[in-house]
Amino acid sequence: MRIDVHAVSKSFADFTALSSVTLQVPEGSLVALLGPSGSGKSTLLRIIAGLEEPDSGRVLMDGADVTAARPQDRGIGFVFQHYAAFAHMTVRENVAFGLRIRKRPKADVTARVNELLGLVGLTQWSGQHPHQLSGGQRQRMALARALAIEPRVLLLDEPFGALDASVRAELRAWLRRLHDEQGVTTVLVTHDQEEAMEVADTIAVMNGGRIEQVGSPREIYDKPASEFVMGFVGPVSRLDGKLVRPHDVTVSLIQSEDAIEAMVLRVVHLGFEVRVELELPGGEVARAQLTRGQTEELELARGDIVYVRSPLATEATQTPSAPSA
Amino acid sequence: MRVSRRARLSLRGIALLYLLILLLLPVGAVFIRTFEHGFSTAWSWITTPAAVSAFWLSVVIALIAVPLNTIFGVGTALLLARSKVRGRKLLNSLIDLPFVVSPVIVGLALVLVYGQGGWFGSWLLKHGIMIIYAPAGMVIATVFVSLPFVVREVAPVLLEAGDEQEQAAATLGASSWQTFWRVTLPSIRWGVAYGVVLTTARALGEIGAVAVVSSNVAGSTLTLPLLVQQRASQIGAGQITGAYAAATELAVMSLIVLLAMTVLGPRRAR
Amino acid sequence: MSVIVLIPLAAVTVKAVSSGLGTFWSSVTNSFAVSTLEVTLGTSVLVAAISAVMGTLVAWVLVRDEFPGKRFINALIDLPFALPTIVAGLTLITLYGPNSPFGLHLAYAWAGVLVALLFVSLPFVVRSVQPVLIELDREVEEAAASLGASNLTTLRRIVLPSLRPAILSGTALAFARCMGEYGSVVLIAAKVKIASLVIFADIENGAPQAAASLSVVLLLIAVLVLFALRRWGDRGAR
Repeated sequence: MRIDVHAVSKSFADFTALSSVTLQVPEGSLVALLGPSGSGKSTLLRIIAGLEEPDSGRVLMDGADVTAARPQDRGIGFVFQHYAAFAHMTVRENVAFGLRIRKRPKADVTARVNELLGLVGLTQWSGQHPHQLSGGQRQRMALARALAIEPRVLLLDEPFGALDASVRAELRAWLRRLHDEQGVTTVLVTHDQEEAMEVADTIAVMNGGRIEQVGSPREIYDKPASEFVMGFVGPVSRLDGKLVRPHDVTVSLIQSEDAIEAMVLRVVHLGFEVRVELELPGGEVARAQLTRGQTEELELARGDIVYVRSPLATEATQTPSAPSA
Repeated sequence: MRVSRRARLSLRGIALLYLLILLLLPVGAVFIRTFEHGFSTAWSWITTPAAVSAFWLSVVIALIAVPLNTIFGVGTALLLARSKVRGRKLLNSLIDLPFVVSPVIVGLALVLVYGQGGWFGSWLLKHGIMIIYAPAGMVIATVFVSLPFVVREVAPVLLEAGDEQEQAAATLGASSWQTFWRVTLPSIRWGVAYGVVLTTARALGEIGAVAVVSSNVAGSTLTLPLLVQQRASQIGAGQITGAYAAATELAVMSLIVLLAMTVLGPRRAR
Repeated sequence: MSVIVLIPLAAVTVKAVSSGLGTFWSSVTNSFAVSTLEVTLGTSVLVAAISAVMGTLVAWVLVRDEFPGKRFINALIDLPFALPTIVAGLTLITLYGPNSPFGLHLAYAWAGVLVALLFVSLPFVVRSVQPVLIELDREVEEAAASLGASNLTTLRRIVLPSLRPAILSGTALAFARCMGEYGSVVLIAAKVKIASLVIFADIENGAPQAAASLSVVLLLIAVLVLFALRRWGDRGAR
């Protein structure tokens, strides 16, 4: 299903959560809404779901205006950060819920539930209650539950936020595989840029109730539309008034025309990469990222004077690109 | 759930109607009936010697029962929440006993034990101690029925707070008493206050148990609730107004209690 | 605590059987006793059931709805806790008795008892359900909606099951209160066989053994209620 969000605005008391946001989600794609807390990404997702009503603007699904429609009538599947599991029901009953209230025949329900439990790897746990499961298992159950009713779009609100790092990584990869297999249009809200880059086809970067940029992960990283996007999606250093990526910074012992003088404050060895913290003339601190080899060649140590430049800078472009995928 | 406007308004209407009929109307009616014959008539009914001594008796009994139950309540709450003695679960259930036992049975029980011919009765009478048909018995009855309130308010607070603060105090060198006084007590003060208010309300309003152990003699064993009952049961020209007047007096006292409950209630659930 | 609570209650039991088990048995199985128990139990069950439904409804409105004066109404719920029962009884005969301003003379004293007990038992269910309702995770209701459940379905399958322990424990307390209530019914119920009034009459008329026997039955019921509370409620941590 294709989703079109058109000039949607939403305020809570005196706080503007969304400011005339427009976005298209193509059929079958996986779009990530990426941004810091308060950027409006969850609000946007909930408006798409019908759990909130926009103050102005429209939401269209496959061309039909659903702005006033209830969540029950939109054909969505929603997954919450804290699982929203039905605590008094077993895993099986949770997953079956959507089908049972639609009065599907028992045999069909059982078959579909079994299929989904197998898909998410919870078959042996079907008789347990949510409180007996780990966080990762509960979230997989929530996904199975949402998928059971064959939604036209899957909406996930920071689904892995409450989980341990290793479980997060595992589920991320699993979600991408699932999407590739099932092909359901998916919108994912996250504040973790690594997650967005790893999982999504398209990322919409949000800040302060607006969309700053929409593009593929590569586009967002290589051609950020604003300083905010550049800083949010990856590490940055400021050299000579411009934002550059640490790995684009060249460190040399030889002075040259476009190079800036800097003093080495700290050399941090992070396995293969080396991070060098430098003090610039104005007193600010910048970071350069070098390989081990480069560092050894330069024999860098604290207190050394070096010359830094950014010849291949990934600079933030001044013109924001159009917000469509 | 987003409830439709119509449903929301209907529910609200039903709830408010129910509360109006059940709560407000009756109480309003008592006030009206009390002052039906004028304020001075009502006033004279609550200033008769019987009424005045009934008032004081109720107050005195409460003044004895409430502190006793507060101390007992805090102690038991500490026992339930902090220590690991066996039989805690049993104690926990027993605490609810006064909630579920009819007050009349309580009165009967006390008569059977402390009254003439009772288990301790003859011994007590021999030593000139009158429990039944005397204020002492009424105090015991009141203590029984208002027993659980402080415990039930304080125990959850203690459980919720955990004993880390007390452990910290111990590592800093505080003795048990100092820890209790400076750390534990302040943390439960709103729970205690609320429990005290509930206990007071119960103690002032008690009638069932007290009716059994009382001899209904004005001046010595007639509490304010008993006075209301007595006047309401008598067939006399103005007696019923007297009952209303005394009832209004009690109602005013309980409204003060209700006010205290409303103010303290939110503070204990922090 | 034993001095005040346990010993007296033990004494009641002893007295009940003091004239022999045979007498005890006949005291509780004679037609008068049986009908007293029937009436008391029946009325209490009915009141508890009505209070369960209305109490939950009131709790819902107080938690989920907003209107001017809500805080005042919320405070009012505690009125039956704070008000002496005899005053409640007096107010009820005021309104529904012979001199009723509405001419609502309750032909049957029993109906008066019903109203009195409804008054007294109101706060139990409301105050038991309210905190649970406040803590309820709204996301679970949203999840049900996203899965296609109508409001009624969500209420029935998701919300009420979560409230069940609170409703049950509140109802159990209300029931126990009704069984033992004295002050609010003593003025109305001259003709209605309420257990507490019968026991009182027995004591006054010098029939302590009969009183004790009936009391034992009530005590047994009370203990059953305590067991029920243990299973359904969090009595230790409300």
